[in-house]
Amino acid sequence: MSGLSVLLLETTILGYALAMLSYAAEYAFGSRGVVARVATGERVLAGAGGPSLVEEPPPAAPAPVHAMAGAVAGRIALGLTVATWFAHVGSVVTRGLAAHRVPWGNMYEFVLAACLVGATAWLVLLARRPTVRPLGLYVTLALVLLLGTDALRLYTKVGPLMPALDSYWLKIHVSAAITASGILLVGFVAAALTLVRIGYEAGKDRFPYSLGDRLPGSDGLERLTFRIHAFAFPIWTFAIICGAVWAEAAWGRYWGWDPKETWSFVAWVLYAGYLHARATPSVKRSVATWIAVIAWVAMMVNLFGVNLVISGLHSYAGVK
Amino acid sequence: MSTQTLAPPTEDLPPDNKRVVMGLFRRLWRWLTSMRTALILLFLLAVAAIPGSVLPQRNLNQDKVSQYYVAHPKLAPWLDRLAAFNVFSSPWFSAIYLLLFISLVGCLVPRLRAHAVALLRVPPDAPARLDRMPAHAGGLVLDGAPAAAAQRLHALLKARRFRVRTRARADGSVTVSGEKGHLKESGNLLFHFSLLAILTGVAFGSSYGYHADRLVVEGPDQAFCNTLQQYDDYGLGTRVKPGDLEPFCLQLNRFQARYADTGEPLAYAADVAYTVGDGPERTTRIKVNDPLRLAKARVYLMGHGYAPVIRYTDRYGRTQTTVAPFLARDGLETSEGVAQFPDVNTPPTGRDPDHKQQVAFQGVYVPTANGKDAVSVFPAERNPVLVITPYRGDLGLDTGIPHSVYTLNQDEIASGRLTALTAAPLRLKPGESATLDDGSRVEFVGTRQWAAVTVRYDPGEQVVLAGAVCLLVGLVAMLFGRRRRVWFRVTGDGRASTAEAAALARGEYAGFNAEFEAIVREAGSS
Repeated sequence: MSGLSVLLLETTILGYALAMLSYAAEYAFGSRGVVARVATGERVLAGAGGPSLVEEPPPAAPAPVHAMAGAVAGRIALGLTVATWFAHVGSVVTRGLAAHRVPWGNMYEFVLAACLVGATAWLVLLARRPTVRPLGLYVTLALVLLLGTDALRLYTKVGPLMPALDSYWLKIHVSAAITASGILLVGFVAAALTLVRIGYEAGKDRFPYSLGDRLPGSDGLERLTFRIHAFAFPIWTFAIICGAVWAEAAWGRYWGWDPKETWSFVAWVLYAGYLHARATPSVKRSVATWIAVIAWVAMMVNLFGVNLVISGLHSYAGVK
Repeated sequence: MSTQTLAPPTEDLPPDNKRVVMGLFRRLWRWLTSMRTALILLFLLAVAAIPGSVLPQRNLNQDKVSQYYVAHPKLAPWLDRLAAFNVFSSPWFSAIYLLLFISLVGCLVPRLRAHAVALLRVPPDAPARLDRMPAHAGGLVLDGAPAAAAQRLHALLKARRFRVRTRARADGSVTVSGEKGHLKESGNLLFHFSLLAILTGVAFGSSYGYHADRLVVEGPDQAFCNTLQQYDDYGLGTRVKPGDLEPFCLQLNRFQARYADTGEPLAYAADVAYTVGDGPERTTRIKVNDPLRLAKARVYLMGHGYAPVIRYTDRYGRTQTTVAPFLARDGLETSEGVAQFPDVNTPPTGRDPDHKQQVAFQGVYVPTANGKDAVSVFPAERNPVLVITPYRGDLGLDTGIPHSVYTLNQDEIASGRLTALTAAPLRLKPGESATLDDGSRVEFVGTRQWAAVTVRYDPGEQVVLAGAVCLLVGLVAMLFGRRRRVWFRVTGDGRASTAEAAALARGEYAGFNAEFEAIVREAGSS
């Protein structure tokens, strides 16, 4: 069963990588062509906010063949993402069956599950707002990078839970942390691309900003970024509160500035700062969005730095 | 100039200076309570927490701080002066969060007042030009006179849980105003006040709470009571006196550990007996994640290990037995420690004033030995061996310098006052004994297990938990609450009316247009 889980993970990484290539093909052929515009609908585009895509000068009117190829590539990308998602679910489920417990007892399993939440969040988002599809390239890129690191560097053999983790709070606290992390991953991609697009709209044409060409308008992206974070922030708060309740039962104190707690706090404060900055008219939207990006860096330090470099009470990585 | 006539000058400051000071204070206050400052303070708080996770912290691990001192002898004292080893109780960290909370209070109090007013106020009348509102619809044809039509619109908004007010205008038109979504600001205020509640709870808990650590070995002779003298380490809140500790005594009957075949631990459990005050003795099982909860204290299982029981018969034939807890140095319970016998080999004629004949055994306990190596291959006792080196001389216990009880005093060994008696360590299985050069005898009787327990009491916890729950509720209300207003203006003669509708949303609200359209549709068909 654990072998099957690994096989499914390999399939998942490959699947997301292929989806990424298809998104890239769609990108290259120009999804903003006629087909995509018709497929997604102008009203929705306007709803996504900002200078709607239609207002921009059409990029050298792509040849119909190319536009068609782009649309086909986009469909393939979507289909691959959905199909791979099932493999991803399979990898998590078989891992749990192999271990006879919830499949988030160490760092490898945490990253695997958080990426699944991220992929799910992405598909839900895509179903609700088809216009965000150009983000797919970057979401799948992030998934491939994280899952690749997970498979190559963090893999841990199926084992029993250590006694410290043997609590029903594992189901609540860790699943909340996984859910928040997965959604915030998508939030980070949206935030980073918002910055790219803002730069692009300001006339910058150096490398990262040149990618903004194919992205939806910065206003809509920025609002999307905010919504994702506003959705994830209470879940992250809930995860921290549950962690504190568990810490009281396990270690005798609800908060002890253990490195994991400290970095969770840092990320929480930064995300709170982002939401406040976003609600303050005098703070530029690009500045607020930068705070969200920095907060994600804190999340990554919390995951990789604290688990692998700094030792503390949350040393459950099991990575040798 | 006008302020000068209002405020009488004080004796110590000329009027001008006072005004300058007041002006300065007001500016400072405005700066402190501005959102920009709050954001900077939030950012500083996040940055200030980072050294607390990178540098060793006294509250987490004193040993690591000592190691840091050894590794960085020049840097460490400087860092210490900056309180870098006590980040979370340092003046600068406290300054940041206290400023942040002052800023918060300064921001919240006026908002609380404004919100209370908003809650009491009836929805304001429709603005003169409804078509200037972000959402607008005109030309709704309604049945009946304006008053009757307005009544239906009133009911419609009421059913959608708006606060509604209908006003008849002098020109014969009727306006219906609806307002909804005060929950957003209520949630916002609840969230921020919950932060204050949490801070209060933390402060209360640290003043009236305490914690204490102790290592307790199995057996009735090793029981302890909840008094400070019996702890290895403790910390009392500023308002706690030693007599305030919950009067209980506890003994470890049996410690159990279950391991997988790979040696990974599966479960730890400590069977204990305890009494509270003069009450009856009770037994219970303490597990990781499942402490013993008493009225004003909790007992947690934090660690475990083996304590070899060593019996020493000195050259004069007197026997002493000691139970020496050893500390695990790896995950498979290879444990290190020392058993000391300071009061042995005293001649029958009197004492041994120079401590020249004190005896100690230092070494390793291996619960499952495999071959000659003093390294365990399994954490449970499948093939136990005690590998110890006997020492004789001055143990250096009377120097007054605090010293680890798990190693011998290295100064004494280095100076030659304490010497090893054998070149190779003795290997003893349970029940085996060895004879030393002076005819004295050491026997490895067996082992008992020990558990490290922490006793804690924190009366602020309930406050903090309640604060955290309110915080989460407030957060959800704040992020998902939508404040908006809807207006209808109904005009017409006695039989038919036409209405104009408009709406205004405060802040982000994606479904605003859809909701407005639905309301207008409903109004049109009413």
